Amino acid sequence: MLTDPTDRDRTVLEIEDGSVAISGRPILRHIDVRIERGEFVALMGANGSGKSTLVRAMTGLLRIGGGSVTLFGAQLSDFHDWHRIGFVPQRATAASGIPVSVWEVVASGRLTRRRLLRPLLRKDRQAIKDALDVVGLRDRSHDGINTLSGGQQQRVLIARALAGEPELFFLDEPTAGVDLPNQQALALALETLKSRGATVVLVAHELGPMTPLVDRAIVMRDGRIAYDGPPLADHEVHGPLFGAGHSHHHVVPVVDDHTPQLGLNRHREHH
Amino acid sequence: MDILGYDFMIRAMIAAVFTGLAAPVVGTYLVQRRLALMGDGIGHVAVTGVALGLLTNTSPTWTAVVVAILGAVLIEVIREKGHANGDVALALLFYGGIAGGVMITGLAGQSAARLQEFLFGSITTISPQDVWVTMALSAIVILLGVGLAPQLFAVAQDQEFARVAGLNIRVYNVLVAVLAAVTVTVAMRTVGLLLVSALMIVPVATAQQLTRSFRATLLAAMCLGVGASFGGLMVSAVAFDVAPGPTIVLLALACFVLTWPVGMWLRRRRRQRQPFDELAPLAHDAIDEHPHEHGENCGHTAVPHGDHVDYVHDGHRHAPHGVHYDEH
Repeated sequence: MLTDPTDRDRTVLEIEDGSVAISGRPILRHIDVRIERGEFVALMGANGSGKSTLVRAMTGLLRIGGGSVTLFGAQLSDFHDWHRIGFVPQRATAASGIPVSVWEVVASGRLTRRRLLRPLLRKDRQAIKDALDVVGLRDRSHDGINTLSGGQQQRVLIARALAGEPELFFLDEPTAGVDLPNQQALALALETLKSRGATVVLVAHELGPMTPLVDRAIVMRDGRIAYDGPPLADHEVHGPLFGAGHSHHHVVPVVDDHTPQLGLNRHREHH
Repeated sequence: MDILGYDFMIRAMIAAVFTGLAAPVVGTYLVQRRLALMGDGIGHVAVTGVALGLLTNTSPTWTAVVVAILGAVLIEVIREKGHANGDVALALLFYGGIAGGVMITGLAGQSAARLQEFLFGSITTISPQDVWVTMALSAIVILLGVGLAPQLFAVAQDQEFARVAGLNIRVYNVLVAVLAAVTVTVAMRTVGLLLVSALMIVPVATAQQLTRSFRATLLAAMCLGVGASFGGLMVSAVAFDVAPGPTIVLLALACFVLTWPVGMWLRRRRRQRQPFDELAPLAHDAIDEHPHEHGENCGHTAVPHGDHVDYVHDGHRHAPHGVHYDEH
């Protein structure tokens, strides 16, 4: 890691008073986030709370309406070092209309570092092999992607993001609909990333086996940041303070005290 | 086979080889995007282009290229907007294209037979100048389609990922649309505008019955495309009263019909051998008597299940456990 980091150098991503509107309807409002090098941030919240929208705004997939997004010190519109970013979009499958091998999907992640019309170099191949090793699918590299289970396909998508050797990862719900053994394999891969010093922004409905990796939790509720601080357990995130009518829990009357962080301990005994 | 010595036949063979190679390149990207019918749409729009050429007494090839590119870009714009009734908008475009083409041909005082050359192809009447145009445009399609394969593949595979990887996806989307339009007009002399899409799509559909990777699919489709177009031309040269265009398409379809059962069998076998979820069995469910001893090459499907192998037969999943078998 950095030996003498100044405050600016440590910041990899910063959003100041960011807002996003889709078709004129305000979705995200008053977003202020700063993420520092090496942090493992879990972006949590109920369905429709805006967590995926926030990641899409961070990666430039959605244009921010107000405020500013800064990546590695550059405004998003002036940012061109895409090889520093690794993105795992929310997808149920990695398949398309044509047979595709695992190797080919992962190799497409290397594009951020390849020039036009150049073949794969030795270092490209090495990076692809390393990425497959990290997710534990090296032995499947020549198999068709549609012979893999949903959880294994998610691991392939993570390997694709890894192949570009980025510094900052965005993962949008990689564990949605993934069985427990594959969630554990995903957690293992993310642990490797973390130990290499990567910064990770993980969107998740529930953390499961990834809980011990998280340094910081940001909880979204109705398009705003409701909590930003030390990691929370899954049941706290989906408790009455942040959940938008989440059905797994008993309905507990919410005390409208406008200070969710302070209210946490008081409500814990209701579960 | 003295027919092969004629100049028009040599020109036809050159055109067949080049279009047979180029069409499946674009077709592969269209199938990957699940836009297999886009070639058909562009073909319909290009009819208007041909008719405009006949009306203005300019080369129908060039007017068709221009109109097809405009149509393809328009289709791409409608698709990108992602409107709920985008497919209806596309259908309107197709019908407008073909109706406009037939009407303008009439206005130009040309017979339906003249238009038919372009609708169903007339590879044996291709002029030396057209052969050069065919070769040049096909070469451009092949060079761009194969040379930019990593980028085009990534964009077609996952648009959002490609965008965050810094690729300008709009440029690549429009490029595929333009390449498709150029291919349509190149192949219209070979198989005709109404069958153009077949030469783009059928070899790809055939190839993917047997392949497991994108690269293999692309290369196999190119080989099948050349095989079908050259073979179809030869068949029609030997047999009288057989038009080359439909022969080429039917030959390509015959290849598909032959490989489809093989593909079915491969897919079925792959599905059977897919590993079971690594969940522990609910209970220790031993089988009392099992006369058959499972093992490698015992004839039953062996499926990985966590750290061991389950043998599948007659709806059962048996795993060896010491001296007996467990039902998993």
